[in-house]
Amino acid sequence: MTSVSPAPASPSPVTAATLTPSVAPHRSGFGSLLLAEWTKIRSVRSTLWTLVIFAVVSLGLTGLLTWLTLNALNNGRRGVRASGIVTDPVSFILGTGLGLGQLAICVLGVLVITAEYSSGTIRASLLATPRRYPVLLAKGLVFSVLVIIVGEIVAFVSYFIGAALVNGHVVTGRLTVAGHAVTVHRTITVSLSQPGVLRAVVGAGLYLTVLGLFALAIGGLIRHTAGAISAVIGMVLVIFPLAGLLPDSWGAHVHAYLPTVAGQLISADKHQSGQLLSPWQGFGVFCAWTALLLAAAILLLQERDA
Amino acid sequence: MIEAQDLTKRYEDKVAVDHLSFRVEPGRVTGFLGPNGAGKSTTMRLVLGLDRPQEGRATINGKRYADLAQPLRTVGALLEAKAMHPGRSARNHLLFLAQTQGLPSRRVDEVLELVGLQEVARKRIRGYSLGMSQRVGIAAAMLGDPSVLLLDEPVNGLDPEGILWIRNLMKHLASERRTIFVSSHLMNEMAVTADYLIVIGKGKLIADCTTQEFIERSSEKSVLVRSPEAGTLADLIAAEGGKAIAQEPKEGQAAALSVTGMEAPRIGEIAAANRIVLHELTPQLASLEEAFLELTAGSVEYSRDAAAVPHETAASTAATGSSQ
Repeated sequence: MTSVSPAPASPSPVTAATLTPSVAPHRSGFGSLLLAEWTKIRSVRSTLWTLVIFAVVSLGLTGLLTWLTLNALNNGRRGVRASGIVTDPVSFILGTGLGLGQLAICVLGVLVITAEYSSGTIRASLLATPRRYPVLLAKGLVFSVLVIIVGEIVAFVSYFIGAALVNGHVVTGRLTVAGHAVTVHRTITVSLSQPGVLRAVVGAGLYLTVLGLFALAIGGLIRHTAGAISAVIGMVLVIFPLAGLLPDSWGAHVHAYLPTVAGQLISADKHQSGQLLSPWQGFGVFCAWTALLLAAAILLLQERDA
Repeated sequence: MIEAQDLTKRYEDKVAVDHLSFRVEPGRVTGFLGPNGAGKSTTMRLVLGLDRPQEGRATINGKRYADLAQPLRTVGALLEAKAMHPGRSARNHLLFLAQTQGLPSRRVDEVLELVGLQEVARKRIRGYSLGMSQRVGIAAAMLGDPSVLLLDEPVNGLDPEGILWIRNLMKHLASERRTIFVSSHLMNEMAVTADYLIVIGKGKLIADCTTQEFIERSSEKSVLVRSPEAGTLADLIAAEGGKAIAQEPKEGQAAALSVTGMEAPRIGEIAAANRIVLHELTPQLASLEEAFLELTAGSVEYSRDAAAVPHETAASTAATGSSQ
């Protein structure tokens, strides 16, 4: 922490020149708020750092895990087939690196709102916009545009890294056909022209964007950085996946409709057996959850003392 | 002009602001005085729409804060210092505020020059001293060239030069017919800054008058009497309804009394009539800070019902009440 030195120049004497302002009437509306939110988000280092971490973790892990899994497959290790790299390589590629990288998006989504509360900036923001909810709307919009751009780029690069590694990889297996053991060779091929693949890659970026807004809404509700980050990551990594263990068909239904469980369907190219929702339905469910939480965050923003 | 009517704010079981009504007129510096915890900051937050009152309302130029179209062009506010993201530069903090009001970025440079921070404006606020942060806050308040300014303890953390600067700034702004509402818990600071005072204690109004009136009214008058026959004199004063308290005797001096409830001429007359020699007879004014502490301490102790009487009475009762 460097302290700023030397001491600042003494305040200028109060003169007409310094007080006569250049504040000619000027239109200001939602566009001005978008500009202000963009200034806020770009002027703190945490934005850049979390996005860099997101990209590095996502791309690095996609490459590393795909490569390690293919090696294990070559060595004939058991259980590797269960990873889906042979049966559903696209979902494997998009699920590994981004699966961990998404946490950086959760952190950023929480931070863009809770940092205002922890620093006290929220009071300046609300004094400037006393109707309040436009602040959250503008913030959400600017943040989603940023995440969708970065998210789509990282999703596509992840896909290309993974595809370059798996394409042409030959898998050897044994089948028993009519009492005869037969050796089967299969080449893994992925391509954007295969059904559902392009949708899955684009969908991965869309999922990240809605996830960011989901985190922003939780941040707006909880208002404390650590609490909100724990809540979001706890839900995404622990609570929602664990709900898959609920018994019976009602358990399956509950699990299928949970926010990120439903949302992640958009980034899988193949329909799994027993899957209750289509990819777009799942994405719609995730969007509905997020819209609900954002509405709750706006409601509380209007009601609570700042 | 700022107007508060019957403003009341309760937090759980604590009443922070209690049926407070006052009016802040343009063209003068109005001090908002009270001890720490009296409800000054809460009142300002209620006026600014950051907190919601349970009862009453506050308006600025006749409108609720939330109904102002571009509020920073009407009202400038300095709340707590350091209410800024430490990782953001002063310039970017001011820039985003300017953008919300459709103000050009050259206005940011103007207010930075006004507070003397041009040179460090692009550095992160993290490294700023409290005084520098305070100046960023003042720059933010001045962004929209507002006609109404609310400043919560603006001299906190400023060096003497900075204090002088802000005093002059407030006086200058008031001379331009702006409304200046400035809070402080320091009576002496207000005595030299404010033309008019609104004094609160425990969320209730204690005084609403000019600074001069407040000083005269709240300074309890006592008379110091020195006499070789202090004991006899004390009895005579008490017999006429005055109250004489023996003071610590100083070496080589006659015994001293501090007399309240009786003016110096009457004490002199009593002494003369009884042929008592006086060595000293001095009317004394309590120091401003003492007077203020006494006043507000009274309000703190005062019961809720009694303080509901009109504030002039409450103030004088509190002043005498606590001296007994």
